[in-house]
Amino acid sequence: MSDTFRLSVNGREHSVTAEGDTPLLYVLRNDIGLASPKYGCGTEQCGTCNVIVDGDKAFSCTLTVRDAAGKAIVTLEGLGTPENPHPVQAAFIAEQAAQCGYCTSGIMISAKVLLDRNPDPDTDAIRVALQDNLCRCGTHSRVFRAVRRAARALAR
Amino acid sequence: MAAEPKKLPGSLRNNPSLDLWIGIEADATVTVRSGKVEIGQGLKTAAAQVAAEELDVSLVRVRVKTADTAETADENVTSGSRSMEVSATALRYAAAECRAIMVRMAADRFGVPVDQLSVEDGTIRGPGSNQRITYWELMGGKKFGRDATGTVPPKVPQAHRIVGTRVERLDLPGKVFGQPAFVHDLTLPGMVHGRIVRPRHQSATLESVDTAAVEKLPGVIKVVRDGDFLGVVAETEVTAIAARDALHRAARWRAGPPLPDEDRLYEWMLGEATMDGGCIDGVHTDDCPPEEPPPKDAQTTLESLYARPYILHGAMGPSCAVAQWAGGTLTLHTHSQGVFPLRRALTNVFRMDEADIRCIHMDGAGCYGHNGADDVALDAALLARALPGRPVRVQWMRDDEHCWEPFGAAMVVKVRASLGADGRVADWRFDVWSNHHGNRPKGNPKESGLLAARMIENGLPPQTLGPATGSEAGEHRNAWPGYAFPRISVAKHFVTAHPFRCSSLRGLGAYANVFAIEQMMDELAVAAGQDPATFRLAHLPDPRARAVIEAARDAIAWGQHAATPGRGHGIAYARYKNAAAYCAVAVDAEVDETTGVIRVTRAVCAGDAGEAIAPDGIANQLEGGLIQSLSWTLKERVRFTPGEITSVDWETYPILTFREAPEVETLVLDRPGEKFLGVGEASQGPTAAAIANAVFAATGVRLRELPFTPERVRAMILEARRSA
Ligand code: FES
Ligand code: FES
Repeated sequence: MSDTFRLSVNGREHSVTAEGDTPLLYVLRNDIGLASPKYGCGTEQCGTCNVIVDGDKAFSCTLTVRDAAGKAIVTLEGLGTPENPHPVQAAFIAEQAAQCGYCTSGIMISAKVLLDRNPDPDTDAIRVALQDNLCRCGTHSRVFRAVRRAARALAR
Repeated sequence: MAAEPKKLPGSLRNNPSLDLWIGIEADATVTVRSGKVEIGQGLKTAAAQVAAEELDVSLVRVRVKTADTAETADENVTSGSRSMEVSATALRYAAAECRAIMVRMAADRFGVPVDQLSVEDGTIRGPGSNQRITYWELMGGKKFGRDATGTVPPKVPQAHRIVGTRVERLDLPGKVFGQPAFVHDLTLPGMVHGRIVRPRHQSATLESVDTAAVEKLPGVIKVVRDGDFLGVVAETEVTAIAARDALHRAARWRAGPPLPDEDRLYEWMLGEATMDGGCIDGVHTDDCPPEEPPPKDAQTTLESLYARPYILHGAMGPSCAVAQWAGGTLTLHTHSQGVFPLRRALTNVFRMDEADIRCIHMDGAGCYGHNGADDVALDAALLARALPGRPVRVQWMRDDEHCWEPFGAAMVVKVRASLGADGRVADWRFDVWSNHHGNRPKGNPKESGLLAARMIENGLPPQTLGPATGSEAGEHRNAWPGYAFPRISVAKHFVTAHPFRCSSLRGLGAYANVFAIEQMMDELAVAAGQDPATFRLAHLPDPRARAVIEAARDAIAWGQHAATPGRGHGIAYARYKNAAAYCAVAVDAEVDETTGVIRVTRAVCAGDAGEAIAPDGIANQLEGGLIQSLSWTLKERVRFTPGEITSVDWETYPILTFREAPEVETLVLDRPGEKFLGVGEASQGPTAAAIANAVFAATGVRLRELPFTPERVRAMILEARRSA
C-alpha cells in the first residue's frame, strides 16, 4: 500500500508517494534525484548511503521513508556547493582524499556529524567516527588528514 | 607525409589519427581523448596535464573524454598499470604534433619562420604587434585529418610547467559535491530497473522456477528466464529488488560439484593436476626446470611454503550498467575497464556486427582489476533485449558481487634458498602453484569471458583456461626475483581445477610471489646474521632499487627503536613486473600475543615511477595500494562450504576499517626525463611481506599463510611458545 510522505531534504519540502517501508535511499536517489547517497550493501555494513537525519548519522539503506518523514534530512548536496563549499568538502579536495569516490559521500557525512559534536578530534576519535564507513581504495590516511584540516578550518 | 608506423610511440602505433586524441574546439577548449578509463587512479587528470603541457594551454581549458567505442582510440583494457606508459605517451606525442601543426599554420599566415612564434594558453604570437591568432580561431571545431608522424619531439622535462606539479584531480569536485558522477547515477528518459537472480554456487544450474506469481506483482514489467539466466525488470528499483527476493525464494537450483575443503585449500592445490612451465632469465619457457639439489658448498639452506587464499576485488559499489536496444542496435553505459573488448565479446554473444553496438565508459567504483563490470553489462543487455526501446539499469546486489565477481586466484609458493660462505644467496629455487589470473573477455568467437554467456540457451561456453605463457603474466608476475643471485630456477605449476571463476586482481601473481620472496629474503638475512635492509641492498646493483629501499628504511627510523617485545618493524621491496615502478614498504607493527591482533601503527612507502607527471596521483596509488594490501593481508579470504560460497557481505568477508588503518607516509622519488612506469599495483606485494617481517621482529613467529587473522596468529604464537 502506497502512502504519501512529507520529507524535508536539505531544507526543502518534498511530498513522495511510496510504500512506507521503502528504504529512504531509493526515495532520495530515484524520486528526489539526489545522487550522493549510494547503494553499497543495503545492510548497514559500509556507509556509502549515509545521510544526516535530525543531526545524527543514518543509514538510508535501512531507514524507512515512514521513519524519515517529518525529520530534517541532509545529504551531501546539502552541505555546500562548488562555489560555496562546506569546510569538510574543501578539505577533502585540498587533501585529494578520494580515489574512485564511491565511499566519499558517506565518509564526508560521517565527518560532518563528528565535527558538529567534537570540533577538535584526534586521529583516534576520527577512527571511531568512521568505523562504519568502508573504503576499498585505501584513502584512509588522506581522510584522516582531510578531517583534521576541516576541523582547523572550522575553528577559524 | 610518410608516417613510420612501427616507430610511433605508445598507443599511437595502433591509433595514429591525431583526431582520436586531440580536438581543438570552437569554444576555446581542448578535448583530450583517451581510450583508457578513469578507475580512481587519476587517469583523466594525468592525461589532461600531459596534453595541456605540450599544447601550451592552461589546464582549465581541457576536457577529458575517456573510452567510448564510437569516439576514442581502441586502447584495449585499462590494466596492468600501463595507462601512463602507453596512453600518456601517445597523448604527449600527439599533442606536441598538434601544437606544431597549428604553429606552422600561423607561421604561414604571418609569413614568418616558425621559430619566431611563441604560444601562451593557446594564443600564438609572432614578432609583429598584430601577429596574434588563437588555436580556436585556427582550428575551432575542425579536424586535423591526419595521422601522427611521431617526429615532433615533446618538451624536455626542464621546460615542464604543468607536468610534475600537484594539481587537483579533475573528477573530484563532482564526487565531493554529490553530482551524478558514476554510471550508477545515470538516469535516461523512460529508464526502468533490472535485477539478476543467481545462486551461491558458481556451477549450480537452474532446475525450475515458477515465475507466474512474481510477474503479477504490481510494477513488475517482465521476468526474463533464458536457460540458467534469471532476471527481472520493474518500473522502480525497489520493486525490482522485491521481485528478485521473490524469485530467489521461487527458484530451485541443481547443486554444482562440491567445493574443496577451505581449511585444506593449499593441500588440495598441491595435489591437483597441473600444467607446468618455467622461467629462464625472467622469460617464460614451456619446459619446467627440474629441481636441482642445493650447491655442495652451501652453508645454510632454507625451504618454506607460502600461501594466499581466494580474494575479492570487493568494489564498494556493486557492478552496474545501463543498456538500451533500439532498431537492432545496442547502446551500453558501462564501467568496464575495456569497452572495446567488451564490445567484441558482446558481438559474439548476440552474433551482431561491431558497428551495431556502442559501449560508453562511465566512472564506476574502484575495481582493482577484472570485476563484475563486464558481466553486469551483458546482464543488462539481456534484460533490455526483452524491452526494446527502454533503457534498463541493472545493479548487482551486494551478494551478487561477493559471490559472482571473478575472484583473485589462490596460490601456493615454495621457495628454497641457500647461503654461500660469503653470506650471500648462492642458490634460489622458486615453485609457484596458481589458478588463473587473466580471464578478461577475449576475442575467440566460440567462447565467452562474460558470465551470462554460459547460462543462456545457445550461449557460449566459458573461456578455456590455461597457464600464463607471457613473461610477467599471471602467476609468472614477479616470480622471477629482482635480485642478482648466481643461480636461479623458477618453476610454474598451473592448477587446472577451478572451483571458482578467477581473473585479474591488482598485482596478479605478484602479491603472493613478492610476499614469498621478500619473506624468504628476511629469513635468509636472519640466518646470515645480517640486517634485512642491508642484506637486500647487497644483492641489488640497480641504484633506483637501492634508492627506494634506503628511503623507506630511513623514513621509518630503521634500527633506532629499542627492542620492545610485541613491537617490530619490517621492510620489503619489489620492482613491479621487474620492469614497472620500484617500491619499498616499511611498517611498524604491534602484536598482542593474547588476542593475536596485529596493529600496523605506521607505514612508509617509497616509490619510483620514473618521471612523475602527477606526483600526488602516484602517492595516492601507492598509499591506496598499501592500505588495500594491508586489508588483504590481515583479513581477507573468500569463505565457502562444500555446497556454497559463504562470503556474501562485509560481515562474512571483512575488510580493513578506519579503526584499523594506519597513517601512511609516501615518498615519491621523481626521475625527470625517465620513462613513465606503472605504479598502481607496485605496493601490493611489498606491503604483505613487510607486515610479516615486522611480525617476525615483534614475536619471532613467521606468518607464511595469508591472511593474518587473530585466530591464526594467536595459534601460531601459542604453538611457537609451546615448542620453545
Ligand atoms: S548501503 Fe547502507 S550501509 Fe551499505
Ligand atoms: S575512494 Fe574508492 S572506495 Fe573509497
